Amino acid sequence: MSQTSNRESCLPPGLPTPRAARDGLDREFWEAAHRHELVVQRCRDCLTFQFGPEWICHNCRSTDLGWHRVSGRGRIYSWQRVWHPVHPALKSACPYVIVLVELPDAGNVRMVGNLLGDPREEIRIGSAVEAAFEDHEEGHTLIQWQRSDR
Amino acid sequence: METIKDKVAIAGIGETTYYKRGTAPVSEFRLACEAIIKAADDAGIKVTDIDGIASYADDRNDASRLATALGIPDLAFANMFWGGGGGGGSGAVANAAAGIAAGYAKNVVVFRALAQGQFGRFGQGSRAPSISGPAAYTLPYGLMSAAQMFAMKVQRFMYDHHVEQDAFAAVALASYHHAQFNPRAVMHGRPLTREAYYESRWIVEPFHLFDCCLENDGAAAVILTSAERARDMKQKPAYLMAAAQGSDYRQNASAHNQPDYATSNFKTLAPRLYEMAGIGPKDVDVVQSYENFTGGVVMSLVEHGFFSADEVNEFCTFENFAAPDGKLPLNTSGGNLAECYMHGLELVVEAVRQVRGTSTCQVKDAEIALVASGPMVTPVSDLILRR
Repeated sequence: MSQTSNRESCLPPGLPTPRAARDGLDREFWEAAHRHELVVQRCRDCLTFQFGPEWICHNCRSTDLGWHRVSGRGRIYSWQRVWHPVHPALKSACPYVIVLVELPDAGNVRMVGNLLGDPREEIRIGSAVEAAFEDHEEGHTLIQWQRSDR
Repeated sequence: METIKDKVAIAGIGETTYYKRGTAPVSEFRLACEAIIKAADDAGIKVTDIDGIASYADDRNDASRLATALGIPDLAFANMFWGGGGGGGSGAVANAAAGIAAGYAKNVVVFRALAQGQFGRFGQGSRAPSISGPAAYTLPYGLMSAAQMFAMKVQRFMYDHHVEQDAFAAVALASYHHAQFNPRAVMHGRPLTREAYYESRWIVEPFHLFDCCLENDGAAAVILTSAERARDMKQKPAYLMAAAQGSDYRQNASAHNQPDYATSNFKTLAPRLYEMAGIGPKDVDVVQSYENFTGGVVMSLVEHGFFSADEVNEFCTFENFAAPDGKLPLNTSGGNLAECYMHGLELVVEAVRQVRGTSTCQVKDAEIALVASGPMVTPVSDLILRR
């Protein structure tokens, strides 16, 4: 798992910043990201992973749920290259690439992030990627993805 | 099992002028009132005969305010279909039909009104400084608009089934073609060529500009009543053969974790719809399929059984989608792409016109019209109308 921090962020500042939900449901997810750890919610009864987190396991309805640290290694399940900015902060940031990454060591749950590197490069579904933690001045950490297949 | 089949009909349709987004000369509420009054006139009933109001997508024009403004003496049914996007266009009609079949109300209007100058646009990202909950897993990464919400589903669908961009072009070209015959359409007089489609800028890959719906101002309404009463009204009734609502397994999973991802979300609904109607896809003469983005239309047609996912490149051609002679005339008013983005209620209105025989792109002897509302959102909904 990449530990790069203090890097220049992939997208410019000014986008909505993430904060933990007031009900506490995903506080551990964001706190772990800040520690540069990737965690996924997992049922302690049936061991099913789920993301985003919920108050109940969708597989067995147990409410005994915990957080499981995963490797951060994944593969691209789908992707998009954004050319039209829909937020003032993105006016000069296009194109940028959003990837949907599935995590084989977390029951193939998926996460959304930006693909780091040249946004005009060819992107292939199935490519290996790994999590990179992007610390922001506002105090939050985003989970980004970088290619690991070369 | 007792269903609404053949018990309810759409007896009246009404639409305001359709405007480019932000240019309606009157308020959204007044547009809603105008469409409702026109639908009552079309049905040949008094506005005060309306005793039910239904809508969807959290329409801002509250049923009680409308009933008050319109002088409706007895509001016996007020109903809102859950969910956003275009998923509720048929669902609101389905709920109105259920209200009539159950005896709650006699004449229910379903309406939708939009004035984006007054209330802001759909296609823009949130300006909130911070965000929590499911949106926190996407917005900070610049995934903020409807096009961005659905692009990766379509991308994965293309990958899984080797779908080519030409299939999506066919949907856009057919819609624009139909709009050239429809004086109500905002794109009337502005035809689209294949070259212009491919030369148009990317909004987000895999969507070109012309793969994306319009944003418009206006209002539309339809009046439902019992099949028995409809026979004595002014217009030829459009009978409901079937209506259905639904969502597949865990389709609201956050951060794009729907187990079946590259889907328009009609897989569990479509079999129920056809079962209620007692027909199959081969019996459908004309289809109005909600277009947020062309790729979703193609997925929706697959899930309604018109062709298989592996036949997409072969079937999805301009010729097959063009009325009146195509194998599967599609979005014959121009729909959300080229008539007006009235959140898909204009597709219900067009389906009524087709079974009445009064469309500007009339399919010859059209008996049965299918409306699919909402691809890729949850819940979604469907209607089958017959003459």
